Amino acid sequence: MLKINGENVDAAGKTLAQYLAEAGFNQVRIAVERNGEIVPKAKYGETVLAEGDCVEVVNFVGGG
Amino acid sequence: MNCRPVPSREEILAALEKKQGSVATAKLQAAVVAVCGLGGLGSNIAISLARSGIGKLILIDFDTVDITNLHRQQYKSSQVGLPKAEALLENLKEVAPYVQYEVHNEKVTAENAVRLLQKADIVCEAFDKADAKSMLVDVVLEQLPQKTLVAASGMAGFDSGNAIRTRKLTERFYLCGDGKSDVDQGIGLSAPRVMLCAAHQALTVIRLILGEKDA
Repeated sequence: MLKINGENVDAAGKTLAQYLAEAGFNQVRIAVERNGEIVPKAKYGETVLAEGDCVEVVNFVGGG
Repeated sequence: MNCRPVPSREEILAALEKKQGSVATAKLQAAVVAVCGLGGLGSNIAISLARSGIGKLILIDFDTVDITNLHRQQYKSSQVGLPKAEALLENLKEVAPYVQYEVHNEKVTAENAVRLLQKADIVCEAFDKADAKSMLVDVVLEQLPQKTLVAASGMAGFDSGNAIRTRKLTERFYLCGDGKSDVDQGIGLSAPRVMLCAAHQALTVIRLILGEKDA
C-alpha cells in the first residue's frame, strides 16, 4: 500500500505513468510530488511506485 | 500622469524601514523575484512586492490589456490595448519608482523559461491556464534547481475567501489557492478572491526572503 492524495492505494510496482493514466489524470495539467520531491514529467514513465510512498498529485485548475 | 515631485530614494527607503524594519527591508532590497503572467494574480503580486521594496522584479507576459481585465487586474482604463508588460511597468514606476524592473513582452515556454528566469531567486507562477501552470512547475523544479516556486491553483468564483490558503508541497514548491475552483466551470471571477490568492503568493515570497520557510 501507498498513499496517494491521502488515500491508501494498492499501486506498488506500477509506474507513475500507468497509475496516472488509470486514475484518469491529464498529464499536462498536473504536478506530482513523491516523498517530498517533485517528479519531473519526463520521469513519469520510469518512476516505479513503491510500498510506503507518499504521493500527491496536484491537479491544476484554470484562473489567474 | 501628474508632474508633482516624487519622494527621493532615501525618503522611500526610510518610510519602508519605518513600516517593515531595517533588517527586513534590507533583505527585500537584495531580492530578485520573477512574476510569470501579469493578469489577476501577477499584476497584484507585482504591486505588492514593488510596494514592499523588492530589489528587482522580472515581469513577463505576452498579452495585451483587455477591457474585461480591468475588474481585477492592476491596469487603468486608458491602458486597454497596451501590452501588459509595458502597461504594468508604467503603473509600477508611479507606485514604486526605485525598484529595478525588467519586463519581457513574450510568452514563457519550456524552451525560454531558463533564460528568462535564471536571475530570479524566487519565481511566481501567475498564469491562468492549467497546462501553463503545470509546465512552469516542471521546468522550474527540474531545470532551475536553485529557485523556489510559488504557484497558484483555484481562486475563481465567489466561495469564501477562507478556502484560499498556502501549502508547502516540497522545500522549493509552495501552492496557494483553494485547489479546486476552476474558471472553466463557468463560475466567474471575483476581484477580491483573485487578489486574496495573489496576496497569499506575495506574502509567501516575502516570508521566504525573510527566511521563513513554513507555509
